[in-house]
Amino acid sequence: MSEQEEDHLVLPVSHPSPGAMGPTGYWRNFKPVIDQEKCIKCLLCWLFCPEGTIIRHEDNSVSVDYDYCKGCGVCANECPVNAIKMVPEGEEQ
Amino acid sequence: MTVKLLTGNYTVAEAARLARVKVVAAFPITPQTTIVEKIAEMIEHGEMDAEMIHVESEHSALAAAYGAAAGGVRAFTATSSQGLLYMHEVVWWVAGSRIPLVMAIVTRAIGPPWNIHVSHEDIMDQRDTGWIISIAEDNQEVLDLTLQAFRISEDPRVYLPAMVGLDGFILSHTTMPVDVPSQEEVDSWLPPRSPGPYVIEPGSGVIMGNIPPDEDYMRMRKAMQTAMRNAERVIMEVEEEYYKLTGRRYGGLLECYRCSDAKYAVVLMGTWAGNAKEAADRLREKGYPVGVARIRYIRPFPSMLLREKLGGMKGVMVMDRSVSMGRGGPLFLEVAEALRSKPSMMSVIAGVGGVDVGVDDISSLVEKFIGKVEERGHVYIDEYWYGV
Amino acid sequence: MVNIKELPSKTLLMPGNAACPGCPETLGLRYVSMALGDKAVLVIPAGCSSVIQGIYPKSGIGFPILNIVFAAAASAASGLARAYKIRGLEDAQVVVWAGDGGTGDIGIQALSGAAERNENIIYICVDNEAYMNTGIQRSSLTPYGAWTTTTWTGKKEHKKDVPLIMIAHGAPYVATASVGFPTDFIEKLRRAASIKGLKYIHLHAPCPVGWRFDPSKTVEVAKLAVQTGIWVLYEYRGGVFRISPLSRPYAKKERRKPLKEYLKLQGRFRHLGEDDVKVLEAYIEERWKLYLNMEKTLGSKAT
Ligand SMILES: Cc1ncc(C[n+]2csc(CCOP(=O)(O)OP(=O)(O)O)c2C)c(N)n1
Ligand code: SF4
Ligand code: SF4
Ligand code: SF4
Ligand SMILES: [Mg+2]
Repeated sequence: MSEQEEDHLVLPVSHPSPGAMGPTGYWRNFKPVIDQEKCIKCLLCWLFCPEGTIIRHEDNSVSVDYDYCKGCGVCANECPVNAIKMVPEGEEQ
Repeated sequence: MTVKLLTGNYTVAEAARLARVKVVAAFPITPQTTIVEKIAEMIEHGEMDAEMIHVESEHSALAAAYGAAAGGVRAFTATSSQGLLYMHEVVWWVAGSRIPLVMAIVTRAIGPPWNIHVSHEDIMDQRDTGWIISIAEDNQEVLDLTLQAFRISEDPRVYLPAMVGLDGFILSHTTMPVDVPSQEEVDSWLPPRSPGPYVIEPGSGVIMGNIPPDEDYMRMRKAMQTAMRNAERVIMEVEEEYYKLTGRRYGGLLECYRCSDAKYAVVLMGTWAGNAKEAADRLREKGYPVGVARIRYIRPFPSMLLREKLGGMKGVMVMDRSVSMGRGGPLFLEVAEALRSKPSMMSVIAGVGGVDVGVDDISSLVEKFIGKVEERGHVYIDEYWYGV
Repeated sequence: MVNIKELPSKTLLMPGNAACPGCPETLGLRYVSMALGDKAVLVIPAGCSSVIQGIYPKSGIGFPILNIVFAAAASAASGLARAYKIRGLEDAQVVVWAGDGGTGDIGIQALSGAAERNENIIYICVDNEAYMNTGIQRSSLTPYGAWTTTTWTGKKEHKKDVPLIMIAHGAPYVATASVGFPTDFIEKLRRAASIKGLKYIHLHAPCPVGWRFDPSKTVEVAKLAVQTGIWVLYEYRGGVFRISPLSRPYAKKERRKPLKEYLKLQGRFRHLGEDDVKVLEAYIEERWKLYLNMEKTLGSKAT
């Protein structure tokens, strides 16, 4: 095909990818910090995280994907044992 | 190949059947209605292996046909006038997504007041949408253009949807002999629908239409224009192959009738080109060297061909069956641009809303135009309403 | 019953999408993914979820998606479903994911058509009770009293009951759900996936931006809507109407939490006077009476 013929197929087609709007860490105000001692592995934070940034491990323990967590605080609000604290960004835990 | 007596609308239905369309979604509107009825009948009687989606509107008709096409099957719809305007949002959407699809447009006036007769406002309103747009002169050509529309739309160099226009009542409801190829003949020439540019299905990972950066959006629009340019050649190729199958060809984007030695030409599109051809014959008997250039494809527009065939003539008269309010005859404007207004030119607006225009009308218009040109050397009449 | 621990740990909702923090639509999409997995193909009309996908050539929603004009979701989905049928893709699930505006307002004609034809699709209305994408304008599904940018003194009309309209269409499956009760929603989705024809699920989706509450409260507000009885979970299936177990306790007025607990969390209701609250309470009572009556008359058949 000539050059012209190839230019004709710029399709409005995207593909699944994390970070379609880039990372969130730079604008997030609060971040969730999980107290693993307190955690009872109920998975409610994982279930209710709107972003899918509570990472669920093999043993049903949980951690946070800080690249993309938006700091909404739903996880902290839903944790039945208050094992998650929302900590201002930049402050040490 | 068998000759059948068919109305334009039944010809459309026949073409959809022969093309092995798998999904038809359509909503009735005069004068398109008998297409929907015929296809429904063929499907219900087992003569056509397709699904009919009995949608509740034209907006849905095109959206449903589009959904089917995006899901990887050959789809078809048809509409007219108000229905075409009602689906206009989806018309753009289909083209922008580059999904192959074919739609018949039975041309009709737009209200108010209500008028169901032939006029070209509806189809002319679609020029900017990114659809390939063709328009027939008779029912034979309705069949030929419709079958070819599938090949053109599905060509990987194009991937744009295609409309086929036929004039309301004059073709849609008039019976003419039509040479219909057999299913085997069509199958040998039209392969099953390819996946197209992409198919939306489980596992495809295809997301169609989310927000791009503005530059990418603009790149996509430019790509559609490039595809339109590619289509110019694809249309010629497809017609040549079709010629080998059927022995019929018309000249691609533009049909030229007695143009080669003509000094004057009438440019127009649709059924009244037949009258124009007859008028040219009569005028030639009187000694006027007149030809007819019939626009077969409104998009891509035959600018180059017009320049090549008509650029050296003394005068070109363009007949419009619609008006761009506040500007003039839309076909005239496009032809004038293509010819850079080198020949003398005249814009005639006539036949709007079904007003009859016969052979005599056209020949007297041409005669007057020629008279003016001969008298003054060069004329440019940018708007002349004939008949009212 | 759905067991949380057995749900897939990865979903097709991609982190780093364009949703606001605490978004109920991404929450809902995660549950759709958990329930239907990679068999689902989404049809998304204009709305927040068209934006949530993020920027081309990436998408933060990982399902195959046909984005479509605002009014045509159910129609485009009909076409897709027919194509899959013709191609023998038996286990593909065509899912419409449309807002309350795309469902109850501009898209209701197409939805009605698809329901009457009983197209084989799952239609989910993600109801955040206003046009959020364009900046919180009222929809016909905005509740009485709510502030929006087109109802500055509070909406004067009640919420349109779209699920009831769908029941009136004779759809084989109609259910209500809430992002606050994912296991119920997932169960309903799975049931819907096993039924041929048009399945309609109306998902209540509290939006922190439009309802004016803290993004950490999305789930809490959603739960309160059910616990105060203003949102009722039910299922209509094969002609049988049933209040879902999670809503069952709130059939009794005494068991409901005070409506004010729900209202006071939301800035959109801040201006409400006592009379307005009474209007809403009366509305809740009337809805419950209707649903309980429906259960009585349409609940006899065993399934
Ligand atoms: C035909 C048309 N009219 C208006 C719009 C503008 N518009 C885009 S999304 C939207 C509101 C969406 O509301 P809803 O369906 O409730 O979805 P939400 O954004 O709340 O998720 C409007 C009015 C449009 N895209 N198309
Ligand atoms: S703060 Fe919000 S986004 Fe971040 S992990 Fe918790 S629920 Fe998820
Ligand atoms: S909600 Fe709390 S207890 Fe449950 S898994 Fe998360 S951190 Fe652990
Ligand atoms: S406005 Fe509401 S529904 Fe829309 S993206 Fe933001 S949080 Fe989600
Ligand atoms: Mg909404």
